[in-house]
Amino acid sequence: MYNGGKIIIGLLIFVGLVITPFLFSGEKATAKPDPKVNTPEILKLPESERKCIESKEYMRSEHMKLLNQWRDWVVRDANALYTSTTGKQYKMSLQNTCMKCHSNKKDFCDQCHNYTAVKPYCWDCHIEPKEES
Amino acid sequence: MSTSRRQFLKMIGASAVIGLGGISAFEILQPGQFEASQLSKNPEALVGKRWGMVIDMKKLDNETMQKCIDACHRIHNVPNIDNPKEEIKWIWPETFEHAFPGMESKYMSEEIEHMQFLVLCNQCDNPPCVRVCPTKATFKRADGIVMMDMHRCIGCRFCMAACPFGARSFNWRNPRPFIKEENREYPTRMKGVVEKCTLCYERLAKGLKPACVEESNGALIFGDLDDPNSEIRKVLREHYTIRRKSELGTEPSIYYII
Amino acid sequence: MLELAIKGSRRYWSWVIFLLAIISTGVISYLYQFRVGLGITGMSRDVSWGLYIGQFTYLVGVAASAVTIVLPYYLHNYKKYGRIAILGEFVAVPSVIMCMLFIFVDLGQPLRVLNVLLHPTPNSVMFFDMIVLSGYLFLNILCGWYVLGAERKGVPPAAWIKPFIIIAICWAPSIHIVTAFLYQGLPGRHYWLTAIMAAKFLSSAFASGPSLLIIISLILRKFTRFDAGWDAIQTMAKTAAYFLIATIAFYLFEVFTAFYSNIPGHMHPIKYLFVGIHGHTKLVPVMWTCTLLLAIALPILIIPKARKNEKALGFAAVATFIALWLEKGISLVVGGFVPNPFEKVVEYWPTLPEVLIALGVWGIGFFILTILYKVAISVKEEVIFDKYGERQIRAE
Repeated sequence: MYNGGKIIIGLLIFVGLVITPFLFSGEKATAKPDPKVNTPEILKLPESERKCIESKEYMRSEHMKLLNQWRDWVVRDANALYTSTTGKQYKMSLQNTCMKCHSNKKDFCDQCHNYTAVKPYCWDCHIEPKEES
Repeated sequence: MSTSRRQFLKMIGASAVIGLGGISAFEILQPGQFEASQLSKNPEALVGKRWGMVIDMKKLDNETMQKCIDACHRIHNVPNIDNPKEEIKWIWPETFEHAFPGMESKYMSEEIEHMQFLVLCNQCDNPPCVRVCPTKATFKRADGIVMMDMHRCIGCRFCMAACPFGARSFNWRNPRPFIKEENREYPTRMKGVVEKCTLCYERLAKGLKPACVEESNGALIFGDLDDPNSEIRKVLREHYTIRRKSELGTEPSIYYII
Repeated sequence: MLELAIKGSRRYWSWVIFLLAIISTGVISYLYQFRVGLGITGMSRDVSWGLYIGQFTYLVGVAASAVTIVLPYYLHNYKKYGRIAILGEFVAVPSVIMCMLFIFVDLGQPLRVLNVLLHPTPNSVMFFDMIVLSGYLFLNILCGWYVLGAERKGVPPAAWIKPFIIIAICWAPSIHIVTAFLYQGLPGRHYWLTAIMAAKFLSSAFASGPSLLIIISLILRKFTRFDAGWDAIQTMAKTAAYFLIATIAFYLFEVFTAFYSNIPGHMHPIKYLFVGIHGHTKLVPVMWTCTLLLAIALPILIIPKARKNEKALGFAAVATFIALWLEKGISLVVGGFVPNPFEKVVEYWPTLPEVLIALGVWGIGFFILTILYKVAISVKEEVIFDKYGERQIRAE
């Protein structure tokens, strides 16, 4: 092989770089996320009312798109209320609607966000609920 | 068919570009999956076509003025930064010669010369800041409010150069450590974005008047400039009012009775 | 052709390593700015643009000035520029890249920079600036690289490149006009609100650009086998002279308008820059250094005898380049912000990290320039010219 030695060394460096993240990630990254929905605010509700604004599956996969839409609707189009598919109306606000029920950011939001290594910058501005830690 | 190494590398490069471009094009072109019928205004919201304000300096003493400023800065989580270079101000006092440069004279009444005038974003009808913003992060709403979309601001500060009223502040660093007591119902800002008074759009949506107006004991009159029967129009009909730098044609919506 | 850039002398490599060191300090300083925010700069609520935007403005001019070489060569068939047309084009490329980098390091939220493309806003001059700058970058890389490649092969460039060269020539002034429009369309900034801004921008660019090329040509002659040619250098000096006269005249027109009309708002920034206001005099030395340098450079460029002395000419070119940099790269931006909209004076002076970041960007620019020039010069050294400097013939 022409320049064989150099190529093999190059390949080894490349493979080394590729696997570094795996070597450095500890066990916590593989712990399965377990978002909790047992905040006092949610437990206060009667059993039949303990639902998010849309179905659990929808919220799990689409909440980021929904929030993205909300912020445009509120900030840019001057709307305030969101009518969910169940017909109920909600005030569109991350801080004042979502986080009122989900007052446990650490056990709710962060669970999956850490697992999937996404760092939403919502909390740079929106104030997260006070939690005892 | 033989492919040279050079051709192979070119091909890989091209397909990477097309692949990445394709993904982002798909993301952008993906049709919205939300229905417009799902949203509505709050029925209690104050509705107007051209919000404006009259500041009656005859009724506004320094103590009340401070109350207006404190209320605004408290509820909007405006940080209190001592360093004047990095200061963030939504509403603040200026003397006549600074608030209305070019209108002062040598022989002015001493009372007016030393009087503190309350200044804030003029919510111009023809805002230069909106004209220059390269991302529409600052824009004019249908009700005349010159609004900030903090999610979109890239921090180029073109708007600060364009605003002839010095109404805009930039977050030179993270503002959070400078906020004494957070209002947990309203967001803060992050470093690197521009901010200013938004005429309490969030309060109007709840049917409340701007915070400064509420604190002012009637010295600040808020209303719809487009409605000839509104209180603000009545005040404007009955008094001689001035606006800051009206010669620039930005059409400020904040009027002053002196 | 890029392989020509990795074969070089010791001196070439020391220069490259020196640039890389400058770039690294810039990058480290930028990481600091990225973490803390633009608070590490000298900019403030009142002077909200500073060194970065000044460098951007100045470098747009340097980029646009390539046209002073390319236009005579391609449109008027001025053969004496045959050897250096490519050098002009290759100055434009790193200049535009530096412009873009200076805008980038000036952003408060740099990661959102693509918002400009996601939400195109044709009413913003910034949006147009982005379009004209990227277009100009593309045109110069295309034309420069292609023509050089043809030269290396010893064949005339194909006909299809001609339209692109013509477009690039017409495009060049647009980048600087649009940049002037960033400033001159803002109400209430007296120092900028003047129709002559675009004209002054172009003229000062067409003085500083050829000056830079003169400096580069003299350096290349000293350190390489490449000679731009006596006539080419003298013609560039004449170009610089005429445009420098125009620039100074335009500035004096401004001074006349402000002071004869006696309008305070128009006089204040000029007073601030040259004598200071209420003891605020940070920019006074800058402006007088600029004036002094121009006072020396201008006669050298104008008087034939002085201009023909290459030592003097080299000095005049350096003086012009620095003086116009002081004017456009620093005082122009600050003068727009002082006094502020409240007629108060808040001063500006860049901080150390800010200067290091700016130097880092300049370093990147010179790095790219070095690579491009290395390639171009290596190609040029392979070919020599006939005794009239017109036709290229292969070296033996």
